[in-house]
Amino acid sequence: MSKNRGSNTGGSRIGSLLKEYSDAGYLRLSKLQKFIYKILRFFCSIPRAVGGFFVKLGRIVKKAAISLADNIKDIGATFVHGDWKTKTSFFIMGFGNIARGQVLRGILFLLFEIVFIVYMITAGGYWLSMLPSLGKQGPEQGYDPVLDTYTTLYHDNSFKILLYGVLTIFFIIALIYTWRLNVEQNKLAEKYLKDGKKLKSDKEDLRSMVDENFYKTLLALPLTGILVFTVMPIVFMILVAFTNYDGAHNGFSNNLFTWVGLDNFNTLLSWQSAGGGQSYSATFGEILAWTLIWAFLATFTNYFLGMFVAMMINKRGIKLKKMWRTILVMTVAIPQFISLLYVSKMFAKNGLINLTLKDTLGWISQPLPFWDDPTWARVTVILINVWIGIPYLMLITTGILMNIPADLYESARIDGANAWQQYTKITLPYMLFITGPYLLTSFTGNMNNFNVIYLLTGGAPTNPKASGAAGSVGYTDLLITWLFKITTGAESQYYLASVVGIMVFVVVALISLIVYNVLPSIKNEEDFQ
Amino acid sequence: MSKSNKHHMGIRTLNRVSNGAIYTLLAIISIIWLIPFVFIVLQSFRVENTYQVGYVIPQQWGFQNYINLWNSDFKRWYLNTFIIALAAAVLQTVIVLCMSYTLSRFRFKLRGPLMRFMLILGMFPGMLTMIILYRVLADLGLTQANAVPGLILVSVASSGMGYYVSKGFFDTIPKSLDEAARVDGATRLQVLTKIILPLAKPIVIYTILTAFMGPWGDYVFARYVAFGTSSGYNVAVGMYSWLTNDQIDRMYTTFCAGGVIVALPVTILFLCLQKYYVEGVTGGAVKG
Repeated sequence: MSKNRGSNTGGSRIGSLLKEYSDAGYLRLSKLQKFIYKILRFFCSIPRAVGGFFVKLGRIVKKAAISLADNIKDIGATFVHGDWKTKTSFFIMGFGNIARGQVLRGILFLLFEIVFIVYMITAGGYWLSMLPSLGKQGPEQGYDPVLDTYTTLYHDNSFKILLYGVLTIFFIIALIYTWRLNVEQNKLAEKYLKDGKKLKSDKEDLRSMVDENFYKTLLALPLTGILVFTVMPIVFMILVAFTNYDGAHNGFSNNLFTWVGLDNFNTLLSWQSAGGGQSYSATFGEILAWTLIWAFLATFTNYFLGMFVAMMINKRGIKLKKMWRTILVMTVAIPQFISLLYVSKMFAKNGLINLTLKDTLGWISQPLPFWDDPTWARVTVILINVWIGIPYLMLITTGILMNIPADLYESARIDGANAWQQYTKITLPYMLFITGPYLLTSFTGNMNNFNVIYLLTGGAPTNPKASGAAGSVGYTDLLITWLFKITTGAESQYYLASVVGIMVFVVVALISLIVYNVLPSIKNEEDFQ
Repeated sequence: MSKSNKHHMGIRTLNRVSNGAIYTLLAIISIIWLIPFVFIVLQSFRVENTYQVGYVIPQQWGFQNYINLWNSDFKRWYLNTFIIALAAAVLQTVIVLCMSYTLSRFRFKLRGPLMRFMLILGMFPGMLTMIILYRVLADLGLTQANAVPGLILVSVASSGMGYYVSKGFFDTIPKSLDEAARVDGATRLQVLTKIILPLAKPIVIYTILTAFMGPWGDYVFARYVAFGTSSGYNVAVGMYSWLTNDQIDRMYTTFCAGGVIVALPVTILFLCLQKYYVEGVTGGAVKG
């Protein structure tokens, strides 16, 4: 930290806090000034950070361009200087490998090429050619010669075109990469043989799969899964944000969908009233604000209260430590949907709490509006989230608290520090340093905490102002529950859900980027090892 | 002498008072945390009515709700969830261990970019991918009544992204062990199976446990995939349908009984393996 504070010595204390202070100058500031100074410095560093980001981006692009040029040069050189085996391999992949005795590698290359060609001829070409239009002919009423009646005839399927179009592009990229690998291997093999070295035999190749190349074997399955079930769907859904795919344009049985450019982003960010209610941008802004407030409160209430409980249990002289912990930990085990649904019904208008207070005890005449009043609902959600989250936080913090060296406290006590001072000067800084990364993931996790909100309130109470927006928007809806609501129901505005999803990504990425650059403990992974 | 003694006494009483306050607080906390679960158990034995009431202790005790449970689709939902949980526990563990061991032990050119890429992928809301995964599963015929294999496939396929905790654990096993074995001529595979895995028992158990527990609470995607076909439900989707406005008055106590049946085995398993869970959470969550 101190390095960043610059070398400006002995700055005036009364002068602008925007000035960078030296260590000595900084220490002379009052607490409040220090606080303001830190915040100001943070905001001052934003332009530089953003600038730095673009400089970095530019450097990456430049590097990529240079490496592409190098690659092309290298490929050309390989072709010109290569022997006939290498030259043939440019068209028949793996030919060089087979000719030089590496049959296994060669066959794999060749097989990949054959599969690719067959796929492109039979299907890939069609999907790729339809991708720019996403289908030309939708379903129509027409004569079916087989059944000899008039029925609906189905033609193009936009959904499949988009899906398989993306797949085909992935496939082409994979082919280019493999082809490049094939060229590279031919070049190396030729050089090796010229230098009188021996090439790896098939047996050695196989052995290396469990030895120096073991990581490739281990990663093959997990990465394939991620590629097919995460990367591809995300690419697909990002593309959907630029189409008009929804319930009325499902791409097959009613209408085709097509590219609409940035229209959907305009819809979400426009100020025009949507369906008689407030504009989409106002609805989006309200939900985003609540999402951020929720994530902040949910993270930090849990964090500090969980730490507090852990400290109470950890305190010297407290007995039955194990029992207290087990009681709390037990609640982690019970599937969340049971506890959340049960508690949700407990607080309902005619739930256990209201009925007890009203009928059994007679303390109130009207049910308390736990889920019917916006403020009540928001507060209740946060309180119940504390109930859900504390045991987990207690577990995490207990271990770290016990790792704080006891002599730190000992010397603090000798210096006359009271419990509060010990907490703010030793415990808290230590905890914040160690759990920095956890706090970040927990914050972003809470932003996307679907289960707690959906199972507790389902987003209720409904926000009447947002009636025109897709789905029924409620006061406790997070962006993620709104996204879910948009995709269900009759209208199913998938394109809008995609835009919202992209927005969630942007917000999460921005926050992570900022925190990542401020927190010291995330940066260096190897430090922990 | 007497002065310091008095001072000492003062601290001791203070300590006793504060300890007393802590005990009280802990007792209150324990009650708050346990009370809903006690309520669920009590209400699951209530037979005089099936809707929500303003008291907790049943006036008439009985097993009627459990019998209702036995006669409903609950058996099927339970079996579905159990199969998914079992499959996830085996397959997810294999995948997560492959991923985390590799990222902890190997230094290859694409390691850094790969980890950064997965970090960025993780920032996209997973819900976004549901729509397309649903359509793909539907094309493969793995939805509605056949939801179970579909759910297994999806939950296992992307599980490699959750490597953080166990990578954190592998990082704590000294690399010198690997190197010593490599010097003795062991292949990387042998290093993994003969040396690392036996040492990694806690994290293996942790991974199995969390993978097994996950499907019991899985709601959104399960609902999407089962899409209104009761035989494809898991417990969360099925029991959620009991608490909708038109069913809650008939099924509320049955829901409580179901909750007990679902929570009991999972909780017992969890308490038996609690040690490993705590180790995993405290070790892995921090390293991130």
